[in-house]
Amino acid sequence: MAIVEDRNIIAVDVQNAVKRYGSFTALKTISLSIKDNEFFTLLGPSGCGKTTLLRIIGGFEELSEGAISLFGDEIAKLPPNKRPINTVFQNYALFPHMTIEENVMFGVEMRGGSKAEARQRASEMLDLVQLTQFASRKPSQLSGGQQQRVALARALAPEPKVLLLDEPLSALDLKLRQAMRYELKEIQRKAGITFIFVTHDQEEALTMSDRIAVMSSGELQQLGTAREIYESPHNTFVADFIGETNLLEVSVDALSGGSATCHLGGGHELICDEVKGVGVGAKVHLSIRPERLTLSDTPMEGASLSGVVRDNIYIGTDIQTIVDLNEGPQMVIRTSNSDRGNKRIFEPRSPVFVNMEKGAARLLAD
Amino acid sequence: MAGGAASGGKAQTDTYKEARTLLLLPSWLVLGFFVLIPVFMMLIYSFLTKEFRGGVIWEFSLAAYDQFFFDRGLFGDDAPSIEWTYINIFWRSIWQAGAATIFALLIGFPTAYFIATRPPNSRQMWVFLVTIPYWVNLLIRTVSMKFLLRDQGPLNDFLMGIGIVDSPIHIINTDFAVQLGLFYSYLPFMVLPIYAAVERYNFSLSEAAADLYASKWQTLRRVLLPAVKPGVIAGCILVFVPSLGSFLAPDLLGGAKNFMIGSLIEEQFKGNAGNWPFGAAASMILLSLVLIVLMLSARQQNKGEGV
Repeated sequence: MAIVEDRNIIAVDVQNAVKRYGSFTALKTISLSIKDNEFFTLLGPSGCGKTTLLRIIGGFEELSEGAISLFGDEIAKLPPNKRPINTVFQNYALFPHMTIEENVMFGVEMRGGSKAEARQRASEMLDLVQLTQFASRKPSQLSGGQQQRVALARALAPEPKVLLLDEPLSALDLKLRQAMRYELKEIQRKAGITFIFVTHDQEEALTMSDRIAVMSSGELQQLGTAREIYESPHNTFVADFIGETNLLEVSVDALSGGSATCHLGGGHELICDEVKGVGVGAKVHLSIRPERLTLSDTPMEGASLSGVVRDNIYIGTDIQTIVDLNEGPQMVIRTSNSDRGNKRIFEPRSPVFVNMEKGAARLLAD
Repeated sequence: MAGGAASGGKAQTDTYKEARTLLLLPSWLVLGFFVLIPVFMMLIYSFLTKEFRGGVIWEFSLAAYDQFFFDRGLFGDDAPSIEWTYINIFWRSIWQAGAATIFALLIGFPTAYFIATRPPNSRQMWVFLVTIPYWVNLLIRTVSMKFLLRDQGPLNDFLMGIGIVDSPIHIINTDFAVQLGLFYSYLPFMVLPIYAAVERYNFSLSEAAADLYASKWQTLRRVLLPAVKPGVIAGCILVFVPSLGSFLAPDLLGGAKNFMIGSLIEEQFKGNAGNWPFGAAASMILLSLVLIVLMLSARQQNKGEGV
């Protein structure tokens, strides 16, 4: 399995995909291109259509409208057993009556490989997921994390062109889940194929993915790298769903030279970058990440909003301070615990100023 | 070995031991009175001497078993040779019951699969529909089957009416008629356990098999069937065992020459012509056969769950 360097070959191309169940529309005209050798994540809350899209790519559901191709070949009409795509199922779906080795051999044999070939391939895959010593056990004798890795080995064994992963980590406990993130990413790099990963856990998506498609109610909300999605959300849904943010209702007072002056109520004003589709007088949302805000007892240069501390919440890595702006909305400010020495913690009811660097606040078109 | 394997079922401390003994008592009494004692009586009878007008003389004798297996000529003083009459009846019974079981499996499995894959709220209705014919007495069902299948019956009328055949197909009094009768008598005993097994089946296993390039047939053979095997075996036993000892269907549908074990045993206890020790011996031999089948299948089941 060579490392593919060309990252511009399209592995899976979904064009105007629509999926209806009776009168319910699960997918509303989705188009996206997934590149070869990419760790691609479909992220969204439950019921957003991400699993439906994955099952359509896998062949378990039929498209109502639209087209889907794999490396240029139309596959929408192919049944799952004719698609060079394999799946790691959410509940693993390991064959309970077969040993671990037989499970991993299954796909290779069904694809026409000989027993010897299948055995050889199974031993390579079990080596990859470090389960060689469990080859002759039954799935029920393995822990959840081990079963998860067997499912991965089984799906990789027939050398698919694309691997689908349907919330594979959701059944594991937190520690194991975090460890598996790096392991999965590492395995994807070694296998050199496209991984399409479905999750509702934004942290999982951010840590593993090359690119993320954020979905909600059957629609694609934003497609981009982790950084793009976190730092430049396109809309209120993405800003709110990915990470934590201060989502403030504002009205735009003036536009000049690429900057927009926004009014927060209570006389507070903010200047941020202009966004397409937002004109003067528009009532829109503004997103500011809590970690990009600082507190001081005197106003600082740039945007500085006055308020009163309501509470401090200790959350391990950070301290979260909730501030009521004077006659304005509430804001959350995160102060890292790592440089606590340099920063003051303000007691509740003390007056403060909330400061932000330029570019921290982001206007959202809808 | 590293990594925590799933913990095995440890014997739990038996908090309810006394209550359990008490609760099981009625079952044990019923089992004892109506199964164990009669079987034990039959075992004893099979080793006694026959009374000519039915009944037994309390005198130890192997005559019944001797009569079953050996032919000693008309007057009983020839050199013994193997008596094939009864062995053949047994052999034919096994064949008839086996064929009925295979029919029941071929029809029952798809039926059970169909029911188990309906939406949950309609499954009960399908199960109910399967059991409806069995509210009618077995004798009446078998007699009506005889009526349906006979040369001038509705089936042949229909077949000739639509022009598939010119003259009636002779079904009644054939092996096939008996197999059909047995199959129909016990079909629900095939459908219900398989239905229960398929209903518990995790259908994402079929999806996983399809995902791993298995065809529909390979999925059935390599994944679905092994997973529901306990239900299939239970269904086969529940059809095979009563079919083996059945006498209604063979008597009514098979005619005089399609004698089965059930009829043979029944004859021995009927009227004055009977031979109780011989009937008891035949019963014991039948029982041994059934126990062997059960033990073999139990061993199969254990192997399936093997570690």
